[in-house]
Amino acid sequence: MARVLSFLTATRGKGRLHWTDWVSYAYLIFGIFLMFGPVVWLVLSSFKSANELDRFPPRFLPYAQETVEVDGFDDPLLAFTVVDGELEGEIVGQTRRAAGRAEVIVPSNPDERFRLTVDQIEPIERVAFATENYSQLFERFNFLKFFWNSTFITVTATLLMLLVNSMAAFALSKYEFRGRTSVLLIVIGTLMIPQTVVLVPLFLIVTELGMFNSLWGVIIPGAATPTGVFLLRQYMITIPDEILDAARMDKASEWKIFWRIIIPLSAPAIAVLAILAIMWRWNDFLWPLIVLTRTENFTLQLALNSFQGELQTDWPSLLAMTVLTLLPIAAVFMFLQKYIATGIASTGGK
Amino acid sequence: MARVELKQVKKSYGSVEVIKGIDLDIQHGEFCVFVGPSGCGKSTLLRMISGLEPISDGDVAIDNEVVNDIAAADRGLAMVFQSYALYPHMSVRQNLSFGLENIGTSKAEIAEKIGQVSKMLQIDMLLDRKPKDLSGGQRQRVAIGRAVVREPRVFLFDEPLSNLDAELRVDMRGEITALHRRLGNTMIYVTHDQVEAMTMADKIAVLRLGELEQFGRPLDLYNRPRNIFVAGFIGSPKMNFIKGTVAEGGASITFDTGETMALPQSGFDYQPGQKVTLGIRPNHVSLVEGGSVSMSVKSVEQLGGESYIYGALKDGTLLTVHLSGQISAEIGEVLTIEGDADEVHLFDTESGLSLRHD
Repeated sequence: MARVLSFLTATRGKGRLHWTDWVSYAYLIFGIFLMFGPVVWLVLSSFKSANELDRFPPRFLPYAQETVEVDGFDDPLLAFTVVDGELEGEIVGQTRRAAGRAEVIVPSNPDERFRLTVDQIEPIERVAFATENYSQLFERFNFLKFFWNSTFITVTATLLMLLVNSMAAFALSKYEFRGRTSVLLIVIGTLMIPQTVVLVPLFLIVTELGMFNSLWGVIIPGAATPTGVFLLRQYMITIPDEILDAARMDKASEWKIFWRIIIPLSAPAIAVLAILAIMWRWNDFLWPLIVLTRTENFTLQLALNSFQGELQTDWPSLLAMTVLTLLPIAAVFMFLQKYIATGIASTGGK
Repeated sequence: MARVELKQVKKSYGSVEVIKGIDLDIQHGEFCVFVGPSGCGKSTLLRMISGLEPISDGDVAIDNEVVNDIAAADRGLAMVFQSYALYPHMSVRQNLSFGLENIGTSKAEIAEKIGQVSKMLQIDMLLDRKPKDLSGGQRQRVAIGRAVVREPRVFLFDEPLSNLDAELRVDMRGEITALHRRLGNTMIYVTHDQVEAMTMADKIAVLRLGELEQFGRPLDLYNRPRNIFVAGFIGSPKMNFIKGTVAEGGASITFDTGETMALPQSGFDYQPGQKVTLGIRPNHVSLVEGGSVSMSVKSVEQLGGESYIYGALKDGTLLTVHLSGQISAEIGEVLTIEGDADEVHLFDTESGLSLRHD
């Protein structure tokens, strides 16, 4: 803790601040604002009610209007303070509102109604988190189903991708065979073909194979990625051949060499690829949108999209689900981010 | 029994022939060293015996059984690599047990074997460490242990000591020799260091450019080198070579400098007028007042108990003289020397082959 504190308050000048301190702190704070501003805004907005979201100018914190219980009314009435006129200072409940005029009652005297203009009353508000934005995701929408679809696709596709890519990388880095360089060049060459170009042919293949509207239709086409093969191959090249020879002398089969020697030694690179794969799959939108058309197959990204209709958008649900969608990926990133630096740093060999 | 035989073994990469037909017969229990300058193909030859490198032509036989098409793992060999090639992610214990697990040895037996071997190699207190936490010498022991624990028919060593410092190298040399005595297995050892070869080997195979120059016991190679290359490669410091021509009558040699020296009258075949190269080891050269050959001193090394004089003959041929005790010689001084005629070697200058006959 003391180290964190001294790190955060480190300065160049001793005693008083050097001008570079001002510049660096200003820059860093600006960076924090730039990075975290939208996220904080998103999280706070996800707790706002629909009315509050429509309000202009927007407010930072979510507010909700206080209500008063009045005898003779089933529902609580919206509470206002009167700022002008004979009732000035009184807290009133609003019963009706129309054409710039509000009909209010004083809770202590529920029988008498007063008619006031809107500028005579001011709403009583407090900070309140509209948690119903979240709870209705589970009640009105099948959030868990979408979450499960996304999770299943992400986990399966990532595992499959790691397996396929590492096996390809092993072959391309450790076996001498005719055409090895050509194969590698073709693999890397596919990076130059934009996804959108192969979208239609890919769709036809997936449909032919009967994977349309199936989660496997999303998982299988993404199983082999040129980036992953290349990343792992570059790492595996740095594993000395003598270790493999030693394993061969130790009577290990090639399959065993792959599992017991290559995979553990490539762990840093595999971790990097796993993080990338999880992020790609979780955030994937275009391809699932094409393959999955039935609501029960929707991923979270597709469900988010469905909140945005042509005529109106369900902002509270959209924002709440966006937050929930971000959480897992943020957690994965937080736990695995240290591997990104170490993995990429050691990919170039040492 | 584990006798290793090579019959006209060849290896080529495309059109480049790196091993040009080698015949070798290593008897059971022999410690055979392949020695040669870098690029001579000694490591390739070892890998061909191990099965890690396929052979292009010829036969490799172990116990009279041709193993050309048998996989490395099934030849019953174990190899110690130059870089040790320990599995970095496994503990020492796992490194030792990996090979045994692969052949389906029971857990109890593995534990027992690891116990024995680790005690023998004094690595029993390191069993739970990872290779990165070991010193160079300890890694070397683990690498040897990994080979020993599998009880192979033949041990193959690929320059195992080249990554160690000088002192440790001498220690490990002794340990490997002791290991060979204790186990009695056939061992094939590759090195570029002729001192290692001389001190450890029962038999030395000197290789150059993919060809076997000579195969025999260390002292035979030292005393009766078959050609100039072996004569120059075996022995430290290097043998001196002086070119000349056999004089009329054959009793002496006239060097290219014009000086002469008497030749041994038996043991060599030469003709008067033949261009020959005289080889003589530095310790068989002595400083003699009024000796037949003169040499100007280039540098002097005094080690206390012994001294080396490095000089050049009149035509620039370099010469080393090894003397016991201390001497007084100035750089630039011209000394006269004499060689011991009974200790000279004669080679045909053109073919490089020894003129010695038995």
